[in-house]
Amino acid sequence: MTPIATAPNDRGPRNHAVEVRGIVKTFGATRALDGVDLTVREGTVLGLLGPNGAGKTTLVRILSTLMKPDAGTAVVGGYDVLRQPKQLRRTIGLTGQYASVDELLSGYENLYLIGRLLDLSAKESKARAGELLERFSLTEAAKRPAKTYSGGMRRRLDLAASMIGRPKVLYLDEPTTGLDPRTRNEVWDEVQRMVAEGSTVLLTTQYMEEAEQLAHELTVIDRGRVIAAGGIEELKTQVGGQTLQVRPLHPAELPEMARCLHEAGVAATFSADTGLLSVQLTGEDQLTAVVGVLGTRGFGIAGIDTKLPSLDEVFLAITGKPSAPAAPILDKEPVA
Amino acid sequence: MTAATLAPATAHADDPRIGLAGHLRHVGALTRRNLMRIKADPESMLDALLIPIIFTVLFVYVFGGAVSGSQHDYIQYMIPGLLGTTGLNLAMAVGTGLNSDFQTGVMDRFRTLPIGRAAVLLSKIVAETCRGLVSFTILIGFSMILGLEIKTGFLQLLAAVGLSLLFGMSIVWISMLLGMSLRSAQAVQGVSMLVMMPLQFGSSIFAPTTTMPGWLQAFTEYNPLSALADACRNLINGGPLTHSVTIVLAWSVAITAVTAPLAVARFRKRT
Repeated sequence: MTPIATAPNDRGPRNHAVEVRGIVKTFGATRALDGVDLTVREGTVLGLLGPNGAGKTTLVRILSTLMKPDAGTAVVGGYDVLRQPKQLRRTIGLTGQYASVDELLSGYENLYLIGRLLDLSAKESKARAGELLERFSLTEAAKRPAKTYSGGMRRRLDLAASMIGRPKVLYLDEPTTGLDPRTRNEVWDEVQRMVAEGSTVLLTTQYMEEAEQLAHELTVIDRGRVIAAGGIEELKTQVGGQTLQVRPLHPAELPEMARCLHEAGVAATFSADTGLLSVQLTGEDQLTAVVGVLGTRGFGIAGIDTKLPSLDEVFLAITGKPSAPAAPILDKEPVA
Repeated sequence: MTAATLAPATAHADDPRIGLAGHLRHVGALTRRNLMRIKADPESMLDALLIPIIFTVLFVYVFGGAVSGSQHDYIQYMIPGLLGTTGLNLAMAVGTGLNSDFQTGVMDRFRTLPIGRAAVLLSKIVAETCRGLVSFTILIGFSMILGLEIKTGFLQLLAAVGLSLLFGMSIVWISMLLGMSLRSAQAVQGVSMLVMMPLQFGSSIFAPTTTMPGWLQAFTEYNPLSALADACRNLINGGPLTHSVTIVLAWSVAITAVTAPLAVARFRKRT
C-alpha cells in the first residue's frame, strides 16, 4: 500500500527536535563536555540541569553553531550542526546570558534588525516587532534605548528577539538568573505560552523550581557528563522512592509506634518537632503493612500521606551538591 | 523566467545559499544599525566633526607662519595631507566597533542568525565611510572658508578623497586585527593612537621633511602617509602624480596582502 502522505520532515529521527550523541568539547586540559547524549522530543521542554561549570552553556553554544564540538554529532530540527549550520540557524532561537541585544538601539529597532537579518520583508519585520513588543509588554518602552531597560525588561526583549523568526527550537540558557520572583514568573508564563504554541525548548537552569515548573523531562549533567535523565517523577522515584508520613492522634505515642513497626520489620523514623512518623517505602505492599501494624496495635492515626522527594533532594542525591537556592529572592544580582 | 524565480524574496530553509540580494539586504540592515548607533550616541560623532576643525585651526595658525612663511601657503600644504589621514581614522574606528560587538554579545546574536559573517564587517566599513564623508566635507568646507583653493578641479578633489578612502581600506584589516586581539574597546583606541601618532607626525603631512634628522627622513620617506599626503597635495594644487600615487597603491596592496588573510582567518576563527 502506498503511503497517503509523507512526513514533511523526514531528515532526522522522527519527533526528535534535538538529538545529541557523544558530544565532546575540550578547552586545553579541561573536558568541558565528555560524551554527552541527549534528546528533546518535539513540542516539549527539556530541562538541562547541572551545577555551575557542568558544561550546560558549552552545550548550548555548540547547538547554536557558536562553537564546534571536538567529537560527536548533534542534529537540531533535522539539521546537522557541523554540516548544515546555515539551515540550522533558521530553525533556532537563542536567549542566553551572552547572545545579547544592542544597548544603544531601541527595543523596536533591535527586533526590526533581527527580522531583516532573518529575511523578513521590511513590512513583515515591522509588524512582527510590533506584535512581539505588545506581547512582552514592551510597547511603551519600544522607542527607548535598551540600555535604559530594567533587568526584567531586558530579558523579555531577549526572549522577543529570539522569537522573531518563529523558531522551531528555542534555547533558553538560564533565562531567569538574576531576576526577581515577579519577573521570573512573567518569563515562565511566556515560556509556557511558547510551548503551548508548539515550540520545542531546551532550558538550562540551576533552579529546581524552574525545572519543576517548565520541564517535561530532565537531563542532569555534571563535569561534562550526563549523570541522570528522564521524567521528573521518574527521577524522583529512581532516587528516593516515596516516603510515607503518618501523623498520630497522640504525638506522645510516636516512639512506641516506631518500636512496634521495628518489631514488624519496618524501619521507621520520627520527629517530635514535626510530630510525624516517616517510613521510606521500598515496595508496593509496605503501605498496607504499616497501616496494618499500627491498626492492630490500636494507635490512633490523624492523617496519612505519601510524598516524592523534592527535586532539590534528587539533585543532591545525584550530584552530591546542593542545588542553587530555589530563586534569588529579593536580591538583585547584576545582570551579566 | 522572471527575476522573482531567479532570486526568491524569502529564502527557503533548506537552501543554505544567501544570494546577492540577501547579502545586500543584510549589509543594509546592519549599516542602518551602525548609523543608528551613531545617532543614539552623538558624542561619538564629535571626533569626526571637531578633529578636522581643531587640527586645521591649531596647525594653520600655530605652525603655519613658522613652517611655510604664510598661513595661506600652509593651508595649501597641510590640508591635503590631513585629508589623507581621515581615511586612516575611520579605518581605526572599525576595529573599535568590532571589539565592542564581540564584548557585548551582540556578535553572538548575529552569529546565530542565517547571515554571511562578512556582512557584519562590511556594514561597519560602510557606516564608517559615511562618517568619514561627513568628516571630509567639514574639513574641506572649513578650510575653504579659511582660504583653501582647489587649484585643479572637483574631479581631482574627489580623486584625493577616493585615494584616502582606498588607503583607509587597507588599514581596516590592521584595525580588525587589533579589534579582535585586544580586550576592550578602550585598549583598541589606545593602541591605535600609539600606532597612528608617529605615523602621522613622522610624515610630510605637517612639515616638509628637509629639516628632519637623517634617520627620521629615512622613516618619512618610506612612510605611506607621506606619499599619500604628497599625492593629495598634487591632486589639489597640481603637480606630478605618478610617483606618489604608485607608492600609495603599492602600500595599500602590500598591507592588504599581509594583514587581510590574518584578519579574515582570525575573524573566521572567532565567528
